Amino acid sequence: MAEKITLSKKDRRSVAIRSQLLQGSWNYERMQNGGWCYALVPAIKKLYPKKDDQIAALKRHMEFFNTHPYVAAPIVGVTLALEEERANGAPVDDAAIQGVKVGMMGPLAGVGDPVFWFTARPILGALGASLAMAGNIMGPILFFVLWNVLRFAFIYYTQEFGYKAGTAITKDLSGGLLGKVTKGASILGMFVLGALVNRWVSVTFTPVVSEVTLSEGAYIDWSSLPEGAEGIHQALSQYASGLSLDPTSVTTLQDNLDTLIPGFAGLLLTLLCCWLLKKNVSPIVIIVALFVIGIVFHVIGLM
Amino acid sequence: MSIISMILVVIVAFLAGMESVLDQFEFHQPLVACTLIGLVTGNLEAGVILGGTLQMIALGWANIGAAVAPDAAFASVASAIILVQGGQGVAGVNTAIAVAIPLAVAGLFLTMVCRTLSIPVVHFMDAAAEKGNIRMLEMWHIIGVCIQGARVAIPSACLLVIPSDIVSGFLNSMPAWLTDGMTIGGGMVVAVGYAMVINMMATKEVWPFFALGFAIAAISELTLIALGVIGVSFALIYLTLSESGGSSSGGNTGDPLGDILNDY
Repeated sequence: MAEKITLSKKDRRSVAIRSQLLQGSWNYERMQNGGWCYALVPAIKKLYPKKDDQIAALKRHMEFFNTHPYVAAPIVGVTLALEEERANGAPVDDAAIQGVKVGMMGPLAGVGDPVFWFTARPILGALGASLAMAGNIMGPILFFVLWNVLRFAFIYYTQEFGYKAGTAITKDLSGGLLGKVTKGASILGMFVLGALVNRWVSVTFTPVVSEVTLSEGAYIDWSSLPEGAEGIHQALSQYASGLSLDPTSVTTLQDNLDTLIPGFAGLLLTLLCCWLLKKNVSPIVIIVALFVIGIVFHVIGLM
Repeated sequence: MSIISMILVVIVAFLAGMESVLDQFEFHQPLVACTLIGLVTGNLEAGVILGGTLQMIALGWANIGAAVAPDAAFASVASAIILVQGGQGVAGVNTAIAVAIPLAVAGLFLTMVCRTLSIPVVHFMDAAAEKGNIRMLEMWHIIGVCIQGARVAIPSACLLVIPSDIVSGFLNSMPAWLTDGMTIGGGMVVAVGYAMVINMMATKEVWPFFALGFAIAAISELTLIALGVIGVSFALIYLTLSESGGSSSGGNTGDPLGDILNDY
C-alpha cells in the first residue's frame, strides 16, 4: 500500500449529514440497516476504489443494526476509523467491525433513550408547549431551534469523537462516564416530571362541599354602593381589602384538596397510570378510558 | 382554502410523516406540525395553541427499540386540518384534541404497515449492494423515507378534499356535554404520557427527586426554566456527593446502565 487513504473532514461531515436519514428504511427485519449503509456510502466510495471491495463493504453494512438514532453517531465514528484501518491493510476482519457495532448499540441505546426521549425532549417540549398554550409563537420556534442545534451538534461531535478515539471508545463504555450521564439524566428527568405532573395534569372536582352564608360586612353590599364610577371604585377597593363578591362563600371539593396538597389528584392519577402500564395495560386503552371517565364524570357533575 | 395552502399543507404532512420515522428534525412533534399547518392556512394562533396542548399530551410518546409509540405525526397534522376546516378558530382546539387521540391510534397502525413494507425495500437494497450499484441502493433508501412521508400526506390530502361545511357541521353537532367532558378527559390524559416516561426512568434511587419536583412545583412563581436549573443542580450535587462518599461503600452496586440493559 503506497499511500495511506484517510477520510477527510469533508467525508466525515457528509457521513454525519447522511446519518440523519438513519431510520429512513426502518423495517421489522433488520431495522436500521438500510440507513446505516446509506450513511456510510461516502466513506465506502473513498476507502475502496475497487468495485469488489465496495460490494463487500456495502454487504457488510447491510447487516442488522438498531440503536437510538443520535447515539448511533459515535458508533459511526468508530466504524469509520475501523474501516479506514482495514482499507489501509490492517487486519480488521468483518467480525471485528460487526462486533463493535453490536457491542456498542445496546449500551448506547440505553443512554440515548433516557437522555433524549425522556429528558431533553419532554423538557424542551414542555417549555415550548407552555408558551404555545398561551398562543405565543416563540414556543414552537424555541423548541425547534434549540432541539435541532443540540441534536446536530451532538451527532457531529460524538461522531468525530468516535472516529478519533477509534476502538478505545469501546473500552470506555464499561467505565463510569456513561453511567454517570444516565444517572444524571434520570435525576433531572424525574425532578422535572414531578414538577410537570403538579403543573399540567389537571383533575378538577367540582362538587360543592360547603356553602357558608357570610356575616354582614364580610361581603360587598352592592345595594348600598353609590351610582356610576364612584360605585365601581368603591366596590373594587372593598374587594381589594378582602371582602367577598357574594354573600355566600362556596367551597368545592377541589378547594379542599388544594389546601392539603396542590395537584394531589393529578399525582394519584399519574401513579395509577404507572401501575397500569406496568401491568401491561396498553397506553391507548388507558387514554380512551380517561376520555370516557372525563365525559361520564362531567355529565354526573363530579368534574 | 386556496390551492397553495392545500399544497403547503400536504408538504407539511409529508415532512411530518418522514420525521415520524427519522426522529431527527422533529417536524412530527405537535408543537411544530400544528404550528406549521396553522401558518400555511392563516390560522397561526389556533395552530400554536393546539400544538402546545397536544404536545403536553404527547411528551412521553417515543419509539423505543422496535416498539412504536402512538403516532404524533398523523394526530397533529390531521387534527390541525380538522381545526382549520371546522372554522371555529381557537375555540375548536379542545374538540380537535379529542379527535387527535383516535387518529394517533390509526397512525400507529399505518406506520407499522409501512415498517413492514420496508422489508422488501431493504431486500432491493441488498440486491443493489450485491451488484455494487450504489445509486440504486441510495434510491431505495430514499423511497423508504418517502413511503413514511406519503403515509401521512395521503390521508391528510383526503381530509382536505372533504368540504369544510361537512367538517364544521359534524363538529357543531357535537353536544356541549360531550366536548366539555372530552376537554376534562384531555386534561387527565397527559398523565399517561408522564407515566410512560416515569416507568422508563424510575429506580429507587431517583424517586425522591420526583417527590422534590412535585413539591417545589407548587410554588407557582417558579418558571419551568427555574425548575430546570434546580433539577440540574440536584443532579450535579448528587453525582458529586455519591462519587466522593460512595467509594468506601462500593457505590457501583446501583449500576444504572446494567439496569437499563436488563430492561431491554
